[in-house]
Amino acid sequence: MAIQVLIPTPLQKYTADQASVELEASSVDGLLQALDSQFPGIKARLTDEQGKLRRFLNVYVNSEDIRFLDNQATALSDGDEVSIVPAVAGG
Amino acid sequence: MTATLSRATFTGLRCKECGHPYDAGARHVCEDVCFGPLEVVYDYDAIRARVTRATIEAGPASIWRYREFLPVQGDPIDVGTGFTPLVRANRLARRLGLKHLYIKNDGVNMPTLSFKDRVVSVALTRARELGFTTVSCASTGNLANSTAAIAAHAGLECCVFIPADLELGKVLGTLIYNPTLMAVKGNYDQVNRLCSEVANTYGWGFVNINLRPYYSEGSKTLGYEVIEQLGWQLPDHIVAPLASGSLFTKIRKGFDEFIKVGLVDDKPVRFSGAQAEGCSPIAQAFEAGRDFITPVKPDTIAKSIAIGNPADGPYALDIARRTGGTIASVTDEEIVAGIQLLAETEGVFTETAGGTTIAVLKKLAEQGKIDPEETTVAYITGNGLKTLEAISGVVGEPHTIEPQLSSFNAAWERAQSLHRATWEPMGV
Repeated sequence: MAIQVLIPTPLQKYTADQASVELEASSVDGLLQALDSQFPGIKARLTDEQGKLRRFLNVYVNSEDIRFLDNQATALSDGDEVSIVPAVAGG
Repeated sequence: MTATLSRATFTGLRCKECGHPYDAGARHVCEDVCFGPLEVVYDYDAIRARVTRATIEAGPASIWRYREFLPVQGDPIDVGTGFTPLVRANRLARRLGLKHLYIKNDGVNMPTLSFKDRVVSVALTRARELGFTTVSCASTGNLANSTAAIAAHAGLECCVFIPADLELGKVLGTLIYNPTLMAVKGNYDQVNRLCSEVANTYGWGFVNINLRPYYSEGSKTLGYEVIEQLGWQLPDHIVAPLASGSLFTKIRKGFDEFIKVGLVDDKPVRFSGAQAEGCSPIAQAFEAGRDFITPVKPDTIAKSIAIGNPADGPYALDIARRTGGTIASVTDEEIVAGIQLLAETEGVFTETAGGTTIAVLKKLAEQGKIDPEETTVAYITGNGLKTLEAISGVVGEPHTIEPQLSSFNAAWERAQSLHRATWEPMGV
């Protein structure tokens, strides 16, 4: 299943400067694995030693924050867009 | 170039979480290690050697009197931002049973009547130094006004993003400066996500994204000014609105820096924060004793502070807990009542964020969480003329009369009896 992943600028050095990549995965956790197989080292940037997403990173599936879904177990299906976004200040 | 560089007191950036160092470019996250937020690093010995109370007092009546504490190298963009009134609020204090209450009124900040002018003045000065020609932001309204206005003054191209459902005053108050304005069909958190994606591919300076370490430093001036305006003393307790949590943490940092360089004597200051019940992720975490934030979907009239996923929430929680403060939330009805209370007692017309702050101030005073003897400062961050929608329908209507004395006499009688009907003793 092809999932479109939007890569934030700080991580594009892992993806040969690509701002978006396409991968096969059926969950967010699976996607993190798939990303790391294709772009070795990227998962260690995104997660801590326990494999949990770092607390200053937000992950969205089709614009929805995964904390409103099933967190890292959130299921993915063909054509989904996943966006990885570092936290930003507001106002 | 050497001459201007020598004025800079900052040396680079550093991750607030893991301490990893970075150069002073356009970046905001710890990309090499942990994705924590980056902060500006200063040479405090250089600041201490250069700054005294007298040098500050001799400076301009704007945030740039504190320029040694701000991350810029050359000439700043000075549109008169900052040094807003600190008003002794005796009538409001008596109503709330307090004795030493002050209002820091950034509703009259320049040029766009909110505290955002502070952060944008710093961010756009730095943006120009870093070579950006187009600046941008994700905004709940006030930041859009400010970015568009100060970009116009500085001659920078500007494209700003807002949620599509904002108040008319905030939309027109942005368009007038002729930026490109994107009204996004979604809430602020969605706007922010979109902007992060845009920032990945467009080479723009986003004040609250890749310029965030510089931008957020502007809020420290709200700490410095209160110290200076209290006669070079710290207050005992502050109450401020919480959206992303950034302002709250930077007021604390402002206090800490003045203590560190010897401009003010240290003493405990309690930090209390205000949220709208319809968007209160930080207040909920405070109440539940959590040290992490669970995001929410905003549903409140306090749109300017409607951030469901607050980036600096964990830091705000930590400060409130460490200082013995409280983070509380109030309903939309209480927010409107807060706007009215501040206007009727002090002649200050604030927007919904300020109504939230006053309503929480009132709640904390009633709960005994503010000692009447404490010198308390409530931060009012925006102007009521921008959110007229919030109070239309609750402030009554004018008495429409003929241009004749008899018409006035009759209307005055009616007005007096109406006034008597709604009058209640309030000890002011």
